[in-house]
Amino acid sequence: MLHIKCPYCGIRSQKEFAYGGDATVKRPKLNSDVSDKEWDDFVYMRKSPRGKHIELWHHISGCRQWFKAQRDTATHEIFKTAKINEEIK
Amino acid sequence: MTQSHRLENIGLINRNKKISFKFNGKKLFGFEGDTLASALLANNVHLVGRSFKYHRPRGLFGAGIDEPNAKLQVVINGQSEPNINATEIELVEGISATSQNCWPSVEFDIGAINNFLKSFFPAGFYYKTFMWPKSFWYRVYEPFIRKAAGLGVGSIEKDKERYEHKYEYCDLLVTGSGPSGLASAYAAAKTGAKVILAEDKPRFGGSLLTDDVNIDNLSGKDWAYKIISELKKMPNVTLKNRSQVFGYYDHNMLVMFERTGDHLDKKSKYHPRQRLWYIRSKEVILSTGSIERPIVFGNNDTPGIFLASAAKEYMKVYGVAVGKKPLIFTNNDSAYETAIEFKKNGIDPIVLDTREEQNSELINDAKNQGIQIKFSHAVAVANGYKKVKSAKIGKLNSNKTGFENIEIVQCDCICVSGFWTPTVHLTSQSGNKLKFNKDIDAFVPDKSKQKETTIGAANGSFTLKETIEKSFESGADVGKKLTANQVNIQVPSVTEKKHKSHDKFWCSPLPKNENPKRFVDFQNDVSVADIELALREGYRSIEHVKRYTTLGMATDQGRTSNLNGLQLVSNIENKIVPEVGHTTFRPPFTPVTIGTIVGREVGHHYMPTRKSPMHEWHLKKNAVFVDAGAWKRPRYYKQGNENLFEASKREAKNVRENVGICDVTTLGKIDIKGPDSAEFLNRVYTNAWMKLPVGKARYGLMLREDGMVMDDGTTTRISENHYHMTTTTAQAANVLSHLEYYLQIVWPELNVNVVSTTEQWAGAAIAGPKSRELLKKLFPDLDVSNEGLPFMGYVESSLFGVPAKIFRISFSGELAYEINVESDYGLSMWEKLMELGKDLKVQPYGTEALSTLRIEMGHVAGPELDGRTIPSDVSLDGMVSKKKDFIGKRSLVKEAFIKNDRQKIVGLVPTDRKSSIPEGSHIVSDKNGKLPNPKLGHVSSSCWSVENNNPFSLAIIKDGKNMIGKKFFAVSPLHKKAIEVEVISSHYVDPKGERVRS
Ligand SMILES: [Zn+2]
Repeated sequence: MLHIKCPYCGIRSQKEFAYGGDATVKRPKLNSDVSDKEWDDFVYMRKSPRGKHIELWHHISGCRQWFKAQRDTATHEIFKTAKINEEIK
Repeated sequence: MTQSHRLENIGLINRNKKISFKFNGKKLFGFEGDTLASALLANNVHLVGRSFKYHRPRGLFGAGIDEPNAKLQVVINGQSEPNINATEIELVEGISATSQNCWPSVEFDIGAINNFLKSFFPAGFYYKTFMWPKSFWYRVYEPFIRKAAGLGVGSIEKDKERYEHKYEYCDLLVTGSGPSGLASAYAAAKTGAKVILAEDKPRFGGSLLTDDVNIDNLSGKDWAYKIISELKKMPNVTLKNRSQVFGYYDHNMLVMFERTGDHLDKKSKYHPRQRLWYIRSKEVILSTGSIERPIVFGNNDTPGIFLASAAKEYMKVYGVAVGKKPLIFTNNDSAYETAIEFKKNGIDPIVLDTREEQNSELINDAKNQGIQIKFSHAVAVANGYKKVKSAKIGKLNSNKTGFENIEIVQCDCICVSGFWTPTVHLTSQSGNKLKFNKDIDAFVPDKSKQKETTIGAANGSFTLKETIEKSFESGADVGKKLTANQVNIQVPSVTEKKHKSHDKFWCSPLPKNENPKRFVDFQNDVSVADIELALREGYRSIEHVKRYTTLGMATDQGRTSNLNGLQLVSNIENKIVPEVGHTTFRPPFTPVTIGTIVGREVGHHYMPTRKSPMHEWHLKKNAVFVDAGAWKRPRYYKQGNENLFEASKREAKNVRENVGICDVTTLGKIDIKGPDSAEFLNRVYTNAWMKLPVGKARYGLMLREDGMVMDDGTTTRISENHYHMTTTTAQAANVLSHLEYYLQIVWPELNVNVVSTTEQWAGAAIAGPKSRELLKKLFPDLDVSNEGLPFMGYVESSLFGVPAKIFRISFSGELAYEINVESDYGLSMWEKLMELGKDLKVQPYGTEALSTLRIEMGHVAGPELDGRTIPSDVSLDGMVSKKKDFIGKRSLVKEAFIKNDRQKIVGLVPTDRKSSIPEGSHIVSDKNGKLPNPKLGHVSSSCWSVENNNPFSLAIIKDGKNMIGKKFFAVSPLHKKAIEVEVISSHYVDPKGERVRS
């Protein structure tokens, strides 16, 4: 079980969190002209990288904040977590 | 029966406390401190079971977790449990054990005939032998296998014992209390680190209890006792015996299984039997030691054959001799300690050493004591069926591929040592790749993957001096890393006898013209011939050989068989072991009871129960409940002998004719506040929200980005910047997360706050033509006329002096209202409604009547909004705004979503107006059509229409709107039903929706 550092609450057990997928996906702007391809990429297409992955987690049994984590998908090592408005490089 | 094989003046057992127990019905005695295994051996009982496949007699082989054979059915504390390792269970008064895998008895077993039908059970026998003829499977093979094979019998009674879970955090977890574990735990503890030391056995000390060594002028055992007593005094150290760390998970989370109850004579009702520890440790030291491996020879599974280390442990810890005419068969020095121990206890052993004439401190010691040693010798075949009687031994030829001569020696036990295998299971579980160490012919840990260090024998270090020195160093290093404290510990001086290197001999050749079975894996009955066959049949990957032969797949995880299996494969393949590789180790390292894993989460503790404030009232009125997530909701209120069908019909009819009340507390409620709330709702819902006036409710439809309907419900504008959203009971949590996602990540510029208020409000729906009258009685001062409180209107009032929210909304399709009051007042509101509604013939109604009402009205719910329907599929196109953008809108114009023949919602009635249509039935045009019969759609919801007094269903059918008037069949092979149905509109009652506005 992972140990995840919520940027608001600190280190907590994985049990308190829900996974939210790739954090780098950007929703197309409302009322903009979106091609089928663009839309499909946003809704369906996700990479499944081996290694570093920036992803979303939701502290559902805690502060209920969504945040970002950089995790190695092969080793589960979590390098960094950050608030949504912070960048992970 | 006397304890014929109990030795005098040796062992750590308490001879003052005699304990009686039963084995296969026979009463026997042992002492406190015995295991079931040592007590059996003290009574010269060797035959403990029959083997899994061939039903060969099997005896005890090891003395701890290395035991592959002695899996017993044990009754302890009145509860029967299968597959208990006799070597791991401590003797307590009244314990009763029986053999498994035998029928009718361990002494006479019909299944043993399998032994003579060898061709019947070769490798992969599950996969091929029983394939033909097919008709034999049910009649012959299956009953036969069931009766004759399998392990013990699980109890079908409720487990009365208590099990617990515990969460622990520490700086350092040390697994195993042998020399490396003790030394490292001690050094780390001296730095002040918070240490947990876990030992699987009841006694701490590991190999120090049995090895003939000297540390700081103390025997190994006494030095261990000294360190333990010092550790016990340290407040930062937790010592846990009877505790097996069996799983190593991510982020240094380890799971440990503690046996807290079974060794006690008496315990209170609340004393747990076993405890599961979740330990999050900053650092881990794996000091799991090593396990002796056997040498393979003919009939090497005969009872009376032991690991040499086990024979020594039985003598030194339990004061038991496993035999009185022992043969010691070894390829290394360590077994000489066993020989010397026999000699010390007045028993003369014969040693067979596969190596040429050797001299070492230990061997010379044995020679000086007059122990007979035969070098370049090996056991070829053991003789005896239920117990070893003699052995065919011989002098090996120069390349050790055959015997120069064969002779028979009398013996009553054979103690085998094929050198030592580091116990690397936990290391491997942590993600550490293993590497092969040629010097010891075994795998050792490579680079650490998590924050773990493997030390001592588990790391392939087999001399005590090196182990102690390095373990003190490792403990101090890890401690310093954790606490920044430096300690200087005087490393003790170690005296041990030097060993000569071992012989890479692991399997005896067969004597000429003989072909006895030679077992590699005892527990799963895998022989040399089985593995050879698998390779002949083309299996190459060690993972495939493992699965095909089941080598190492038993509950002992191949602790004594893995390496010999690898040796065999590499010999045949002409490879070296590291090229063959090893199989993956997975948790649990040793079997764990289901009770421990479940812990206290049993019965109604399995999951939390959510109850509405009116729950007790429902109970009193004979409500039959249904689970809605964690909620308990009344399904119907049973009157007299009514069944579900009768009760729900009565309740629904009463709503259509008079007035009913329904507990709707479980609906999700979300409070939405902030200046951008209207804009937010406009983006979340498919319909328009910018112009909803204060004091009005609106029905809203929510999509996922892929265009599928996610949820529906009403949202009411309470004040300018304040909305009250309702969701379905099932989707409440998902909708809140969904809203938070968009507010926090996608549109953080919107100034909106959302919070769940589901539990703050109790809700009652009042539905039926007389509902306005009832509402008037409850709020006499309120204008509840159609003008004063119109459909989709909202007013605030007070009840019992606390605020009440009144919504004119309807799910039943009747004139209806929903009242919310603070949860604490829910029951009072409910009782008041029942009291005031008496002369209006008010009745409570449950979820079943609620479903009936909404189905015949054609209102969609969970079964239609199943995550595969877009708004137009369920006739909600009118809810979709053409003007504005919203979540999921872009998906709705995709080609597949605008096709004409999409499956759409319709109504169905049986043409006979009588037969109920099972939910889930498939719609087909020909009920006898050739398979696969083309499916046109499915029945999503069914009810008995109380309005029309006949069955009615909602269905989702291909090109549904153009099918109205056509006849099909609703078929349910599960119910063996095929009902002719007519397609009609989904709005079966009040299609214009006049009642709700009346
Ligand atoms: Zn948090």
